[in-house]
Amino acid sequence: MLQNFLLNILLTFVWVALTGQLGYTNFVFGYALGFFILWMVNKSVNASTEYFYRVPKIFAFILLFFYDLMKANYEVTKDVITPNYNMKPGIIKYEMEAKTDFEITMLANMIALTPGTVVVDLSKNKKFMYIHVMYLTNKEEFIERLSSRIERKLLEIIR
Amino acid sequence: MNDLLIKILSTLGAVFVLIASFGVFKMPDFYSRLSVTIKAATLGIGCILIAATIHFAEFSVTTKAIAIIFFLFITSPVAGFLISKVAYITGTKLWKDSIIDELENDPDSNCTNPALPKDKIKKE
Repeated sequence: MLQNFLLNILLTFVWVALTGQLGYTNFVFGYALGFFILWMVNKSVNASTEYFYRVPKIFAFILLFFYDLMKANYEVTKDVITPNYNMKPGIIKYEMEAKTDFEITMLANMIALTPGTVVVDLSKNKKFMYIHVMYLTNKEEFIERLSSRIERKLLEIIR
Repeated sequence: MNDLLIKILSTLGAVFVLIASFGVFKMPDFYSRLSVTIKAATLGIGCILIAATIHFAEFSVTTKAIAIIFFLFITSPVAGFLISKVAYITGTKLWKDSIIDELENDPDSNCTNPALPKDKIKKE
C-alpha cells in the first residue's frame, strides 16, 4: 500500500523532471501515468493489489461527497431565498462505527461540511455522536443514509 | 475553456458566500445559522481559490492555494463543532418548532451539567 504510493510519487517526480514543466497539469498527468504503469507491472507479478482498488475508491468517494454537498446546498438555498421555513430541525443521537480518534475526526469533518448538519457533541465513551440536523423528515432514513452512504465508504478508505 | 471554468468557479464561490450571509440574516435559531455559515468559509472560498489557481497557473500560487484549502477543510469543522458545543452547554435554545432533542438530559454526553438545571439556564 504505502510502498506502491511512494513508487507512484517517485514516478511522478521522474516524469516532471524529464519533461521539465512545473505546472499542476503535468503533475496530475505524471501521477496518472505512474499509476497506470504500476498497475500494469503489478498485474503480472501478482503482488498486493490493494492500492489500485483504493485510489479509484477515493475518487469515487470525493465525487459522491460533492454530489451530496450540492443536493444539501440546494435544500438550504431554497429555504434561505423563499420567505417561509420548511425545515424541521432536531438533535439526534447517532451510533458510530468509527473507533479511533482519527476516524471520528474525519467523520465529524465530513458531517460538518455537508450543509444542514452540525456535530454538537460526542458521548463520553466515544460511541455516539450528537448531530444537529436541519431537515429531519424521517429519523431512521437519515441515520441509514448517513451510515451507508458516508460512514461506511469513508471507513473503507481510511482503514 | 479555461476562461469559462474561471468564470463558473468564481461565480459559484461568490454565490455560496452570498447565500450564507443571507442565511445568517434569515435563519431563526443559532444552530441552523451556524450550519449555514460554516460552508461559506469552506465551499465558497475553496471555489474562489481554485479559480485563482487556474487564472494564474503558476507553481507558487498553486501550492499556496492548495495549502490554504487544506487548512480550511481541517480547521473550520473543528471550530464549528466547538462553537456549537459551547452554545449547547451555556444553554442556547433550539428553535421553537424543533422535533426532537436527544441530547437533553442524556447521561452519556458531556454537555449536560447537573449543577445547573436546564430550565433555569435556557432563557431567551
